[in-house]
Amino acid sequence: MRYHDIVIVGGGPAGLAAAAAARKAGISDLLILERDNVLGGILNQCIHNGFGLHTFNEELTGPEYAARYIAQVEEEKIPYRLNTIVADITHDRQVTYINREEGLVTIRAGAVILAMGCRERPRGALNTPGYRPAGIYSAGTAQRLMNIEGYLVGREAVILGSGDIGLIMARRMTLEGAKVKAVAEIMPYSGGLKRNIVQCLDDYGIPLKLSHTVVQIHGKDRLTGVTIAEVDADKNPVPGTEEYYSCDTLLLSVGLIPENELSKGAGISLNRVTSGPNVNDRLETEAEGIYACGNVLHVHDLVDFVSQEAALAGENAAEYVKRKKSPEAAAKPARRIPLSAENGVRYTVPQFLEADGMRDTVTVRFRVADVYKDRYISVYYDEKRIMRKKKKVLAPGEMEQVTLTRKSLEEHPQTERITIRTEVE
Amino acid sequence: MEVKELICINCPMGCPLTVTIDGDSLSVTGNTCPRGADYARKEILSPTRIVTSSVRVNGGTIARVSVKTRSDIPKGKIFDVMKEIRAAQLEAPVEMGDVVIADCAGTGVDVIATKSVGRA
Repeated sequence: MRYHDIVIVGGGPAGLAAAAAARKAGISDLLILERDNVLGGILNQCIHNGFGLHTFNEELTGPEYAARYIAQVEEEKIPYRLNTIVADITHDRQVTYINREEGLVTIRAGAVILAMGCRERPRGALNTPGYRPAGIYSAGTAQRLMNIEGYLVGREAVILGSGDIGLIMARRMTLEGAKVKAVAEIMPYSGGLKRNIVQCLDDYGIPLKLSHTVVQIHGKDRLTGVTIAEVDADKNPVPGTEEYYSCDTLLLSVGLIPENELSKGAGISLNRVTSGPNVNDRLETEAEGIYACGNVLHVHDLVDFVSQEAALAGENAAEYVKRKKSPEAAAKPARRIPLSAENGVRYTVPQFLEADGMRDTVTVRFRVADVYKDRYISVYYDEKRIMRKKKKVLAPGEMEQVTLTRKSLEEHPQTERITIRTEVE
Repeated sequence: MEVKELICINCPMGCPLTVTIDGDSLSVTGNTCPRGADYARKEILSPTRIVTSSVRVNGGTIARVSVKTRSDIPKGKIFDVMKEIRAAQLEAPVEMGDVVIADCAGTGVDVIATKSVGRA
């Protein structure tokens, strides 16, 4: 069976950054497997600007951001296969893939990096009543149709959900001459970034209807309109608030789901909140030598943080491969400290810290459960508060992070649990 | 004295900015980097945006090439710029950085390609 030191599943922003970092860490035998016919993943259709401010200190569009990483992969001559679907990954790192040139191939990997990204929550997950006429798209599908394939998906649109892709598409359709009548969001706050509300909705006078949802879809062959109603605190429609909007297009921007069928197949358990694998501070899953990064691990709002996280996964996978090859292969670090999310913090990534082999600093990323004003984010080692920082605004649409240091953990060697919580006082 | 609340759109942090306008002087708080102060000043005095869109490509591996204005343009000119972008057509191949429309809609700003599209 063919062997590669590191096999990377997915050639989007996470896979590319992981590959570049693993090569930099001294691993030459890499292979990226990508199902599309180009590298770059979803960035290819994200033609708007705003990418790369943290990484390159300039504002790039999605394709330009991807091009920087693709250039690194090309320069380093990192091998990749396009039009290649991974069919299966086993717990002991056998990877089976399919493409037209090679057929069905199973290879062994020293380490595997999961970088499959996420997909959109579909209409079927919403239970919206009505027929199934043409004209209903997930926002990302509409984005692909417009930006890559060159179709105007509709002339009068309503958008359900205020996720970033929906907001971006509201502007995109407006610029191309369509009329976007409203964005309806069932929650009392937007799921997207503030800047996108300003520059995609406010700039064009598109109303954002918070605590509203689509209660009826009209039209049999092609969508003719939707009924939007206000919802109460339990998200049930309030009778008498229904309003009819005529439209030929409904875009759904109602959430992203990490794409973890392959992880499950490898026997890796998924986190209930993130829908991604549970990982330690090296981004290693429960399966030894299998790492995860990017949107397959948890949905990010900034690609810059995907790249950072993926680079860390690449470095750690490289270290693992080298360690396995050295004669005095060290045992896995034993002292494992769980991280828990409490009081308004929904989850943390990583979920565990391997205290013995910890790096100097570990970035813990998380999201909050609601919109909070003037709250602290606090870190506890057992019952002792180690640090806190005040935030003017916390919102579920914006990922937060804290940095843990090895030094502080060494000062508290008895720590059994690390807790991250929000606090009013 | 007038106080305006803005949200910085320079990067996805979206800092909440408070601009205090006192006659000719203008002060900004709430920004975490210098870009925020610049943005607030500009947003009050002469708002600008970078416009991104796509242009038809004939004979390419894909049907559209993504484009952007090389720098920001006045907000009031967005639809004039879009009119020219929508009318434009290119022949493959297109290289990232190629000028698609020079001096678009009299803004003095070029529209450039943000990806490369090879010949089919």
